[in-house]
Amino acid sequence: MTGRIVAVFGNMVIAEAKGDVIQNSVGYCCRADGAKLLSEIIRVRGRCVDLQVFEETRGLKIGDTVEFREEMLSVALGPGLLGQIYDGLQNPLPQLAEQEGFFLKPGKYIHGLDLKKKWAFTPTAAVGDTVSAADVLGNCPEGIFEHQIMAPFTLREECTIKEIAPAGEYTVDKQIATLATADGKEVPVTMQQEWPVKRALAICKRRLMPTDPLITRVRIIDSMFPVVRGGTYCIPGPFGAGKTVLQQITSRHAEVDIVIIAACGERAGEVVETIREFPELTDPRTGKSLMERTIIICNTSAMPVAAREASVYTAATLAEYYRQMGLNVLLLADSTSRWAQAMREVSGRLEEIPGEEAFPAYLESRIAGFYERAGMLELNDGRVASVTIGGTVSPAGGNFEEPVTQGTLKVVGAFHGLSRARSDARRYPSIDPLDSWSKYTGIIDPAKTEKMRSVLRRGSEVKQMMTVVGEEGTPIDDFAIMLKAEIFDNCYLQQNAFDEIDGATPPDRQQFVFDKILEVMDTDFDFEEKHQARDIMFKLQDLFRNWNYVAPDSNEYKDFVQKIDAFIAAKGRE
Amino acid sequence: MRKYFDEITRIAGNVVTITASDVGYDELAIITTKRGPSLAQVIRLEGDQVSLQIFAGTQGISTGDKVRFLGRPMQVPFSDDLLGRVFDGSGKPRDNRPEIQADPVDIGSPAVNPIMRRMPDNMINTGIPMIDIFNSLVESQKLPIFSVAGEPYNELLARVGLQAEADIIILGGMGLRHDDYLKFRNTFEEGGVLGRTIMFVHTAADPVVECLLVPDLCLAVGESFALQGKKVLVLLTDMTAFSDSLKEIAITMEQIPSNRGYPGDLYTQLAKRYEKAVDFDGAGSMTTLAVVTMPGDDVTHPVPDNTGYITEGQFYLRNGRIEPFGSLSRLKQQVNGDTRDDHRAIMDGCLQLYSTCRETREKRDMGFEMSNWDEKLLRYGDQFEDKIMDLSVNIPLFEALDRCWDILADCFEPVETGIRRAILENHWPKELTAEEEAAEEAAASA
Repeated sequence: MTGRIVAVFGNMVIAEAKGDVIQNSVGYCCRADGAKLLSEIIRVRGRCVDLQVFEETRGLKIGDTVEFREEMLSVALGPGLLGQIYDGLQNPLPQLAEQEGFFLKPGKYIHGLDLKKKWAFTPTAAVGDTVSAADVLGNCPEGIFEHQIMAPFTLREECTIKEIAPAGEYTVDKQIATLATADGKEVPVTMQQEWPVKRALAICKRRLMPTDPLITRVRIIDSMFPVVRGGTYCIPGPFGAGKTVLQQITSRHAEVDIVIIAACGERAGEVVETIREFPELTDPRTGKSLMERTIIICNTSAMPVAAREASVYTAATLAEYYRQMGLNVLLLADSTSRWAQAMREVSGRLEEIPGEEAFPAYLESRIAGFYERAGMLELNDGRVASVTIGGTVSPAGGNFEEPVTQGTLKVVGAFHGLSRARSDARRYPSIDPLDSWSKYTGIIDPAKTEKMRSVLRRGSEVKQMMTVVGEEGTPIDDFAIMLKAEIFDNCYLQQNAFDEIDGATPPDRQQFVFDKILEVMDTDFDFEEKHQARDIMFKLQDLFRNWNYVAPDSNEYKDFVQKIDAFIAAKGRE
Repeated sequence: MRKYFDEITRIAGNVVTITASDVGYDELAIITTKRGPSLAQVIRLEGDQVSLQIFAGTQGISTGDKVRFLGRPMQVPFSDDLLGRVFDGSGKPRDNRPEIQADPVDIGSPAVNPIMRRMPDNMINTGIPMIDIFNSLVESQKLPIFSVAGEPYNELLARVGLQAEADIIILGGMGLRHDDYLKFRNTFEEGGVLGRTIMFVHTAADPVVECLLVPDLCLAVGESFALQGKKVLVLLTDMTAFSDSLKEIAITMEQIPSNRGYPGDLYTQLAKRYEKAVDFDGAGSMTTLAVVTMPGDDVTHPVPDNTGYITEGQFYLRNGRIEPFGSLSRLKQQVNGDTRDDHRAIMDGCLQLYSTCRETREKRDMGFEMSNWDEKLLRYGDQFEDKIMDLSVNIPLFEALDRCWDILADCFEPVETGIRRAILENHWPKELTAEEEAAEEAAASA
């Protein structure tokens, strides 16, 4: 079915269709020089079809043909996804670079999976077995994982296996099984299948309450504002507050099976860093390259804006696919504000009535819909698997009172608010310990974290008071609390991301250090004078800080523990 | 032979709408008016109605004027002959010399495949300690200078242009005052770099649409040089003027404004330009420094705000100094680990102390008693400002690091600096004994 273009404006094209069209299905705008530009139907009015084009529209003319397809915007799912670097529409970027060189040529698409590569398939189901959607038929090794080949997710009823291929090497488009429905219809199965990105993929017995802490080895997150497997969290912060560094650290150290990074409308340079560094880094748990458990979806800010909107959905679909295999997946979206802005641009071109700050009225429901794709599932065969979503938000002017931040805060389980004041003072990670919150329970007893929070709160009050009444007007007890809060902040909450040891603290060490700090909090140091208090606390701080840089199994480590214990016992007096 | 169209149906702002057929989106056209010909660009197609943005403005355009479409997007001739030349925002020579005859390149090329980018790892030395130590500039970085009107941002831009090691310098002036343009010219001439400089200058008196093209022209030329393996430095001033031109056109096209009248795609438009900064894997590089003036010193204004989210950091210029707080080079971590082992420690340590010093100053100004520790901080703050922050300081990196150690040693005990012990032991300036002092003097005189 075809149509012809009647208007072009930015990345919006209006076409007149000659037959039936399907909302959200795919169309191709055919440019005079033969290039076919991928687009999606986003509105139908009478014969007029509004399409958003996922490419630059330069060169399109009135009267050019549009080819309409029946399928919706989909991704290919199968072995070979891990380690790949895709654009927002699942075009593998390394292959594009091989064919096209430095630039991304509009209208050039490559299938998301390598169609030539052969995978070693082993069947686990047999002829005569009944299967339903997402049931495992067999598997093939994919890097460090056993990639499961599942019955098509689109099956509506139970089927019988009529044929299944013997163990052997097959390409992803080779038929490996034939299923038969009750009324005898045959369903061919290959190792790859397609799934529309905007529909959630969650075939399971039931959704579970997420409670397993997801360890990130970032102390302030794990101890104070924990995240759980299958949960959601957001990191809003002004530019330059360290959002991206925090995301990178999390993707390295998070204790999950697979990490999917969606670089959505952000700087190309940061993606390049990930692309170049990850293959070199070893995954601390498997000893293999970090890239083997990573997929990067990268639609940087200079790449077409409509594809940016699609990229977070592409990432979510890939995450859900691996969840169906029983794995724990972490999806990091940086940044959801760019995604929301892409929606705003499209909405503006559609001349929809704008909501707050010109964002469309459906912004909040779209944000909620995206985060709802996270979750912990009990799969049909009883295994438990999860998708955790962490999204950064880049609020205009660093002001959290804006639609995207507010819409996100309503639906996430943890909030890691970054603060400009902290990043200015080089207190990294700059998560604000007073404003942030988490609804989840982590590795530290909530009573203990609550205690530390009250010390921090009290310390900050004293600090504020000191700007009014001065140091001399502050009672020594208050002064001591302020110094204690500083120790906790400087030696525990702050972490040097670029140091191998301090940058990643395992949970048992976190619990140990946390308790040690609690001891300091509970100790009454009997300070007589303020300068004495400051001296003692500086020394203690120095001990804790240097302790953080020491490897856990070294003699130095034990030394520090002894020194700190002695210091606390002697209340800092020599 | 291309057809002429003469059925103009609407003239508003800088946009003319004409009835025409077989026109491509983003295509270039020439409109012939009584004042002479002007270039124009297609910005909307709707049935047979084609909207054009007229580079020279619509003043004096008659409904009977003729439009001819060129069947190609905006281009700029590219060859080594561009070096040393000055052009205006439509690519015409501004220096009374002949037009360049060379094969043209399209402006606004597609995005670079991230796979073909290199990891930036080459520090650009500027001789300005606030940049070199605290926020190192890195080849292929895109960095804005946030500033209010009246600050010496153009001087800073010119100085970086002179001192950075670049093969080609491209200056894009938007809404530039004529005397600023002359100043740039003179500075580059005196510095002896005019021969490898290309300028695209739109002055405040020129038509607003031409302002929109300046960054694209600069970046198209820069990209072509970079593809030839050259190290290109692009200096843009001022991107706020560019954004205001975008706003003007968007309002004329009746787009729904998002924030303070700016169009919803401001982020995308700016990102398209800034993201051109690149280090090609297997070719040269392009580094971009851009001035962004902040109306009312407000960093939450849409232009600096969107810019900050796109660029790899920012320099704040305030009171004639690069402000250490807020200023940030996101790429500094790529280079400052390999310079000297104390670089990062000094960078963090000095700033943390300076931040505390500012708090102390506030306390002092409110009339509080100063403790011994406060006095130390105040002393440190003054020295740090005079010897490191001042823009007139022009010393290489290692000398600047040594100077920081001297200041620290002069004001504090080692443990008070918060710097790790291992680094302190290696770098803390030692009190010299009389013998050593004599030996040092002897060495110096020899």
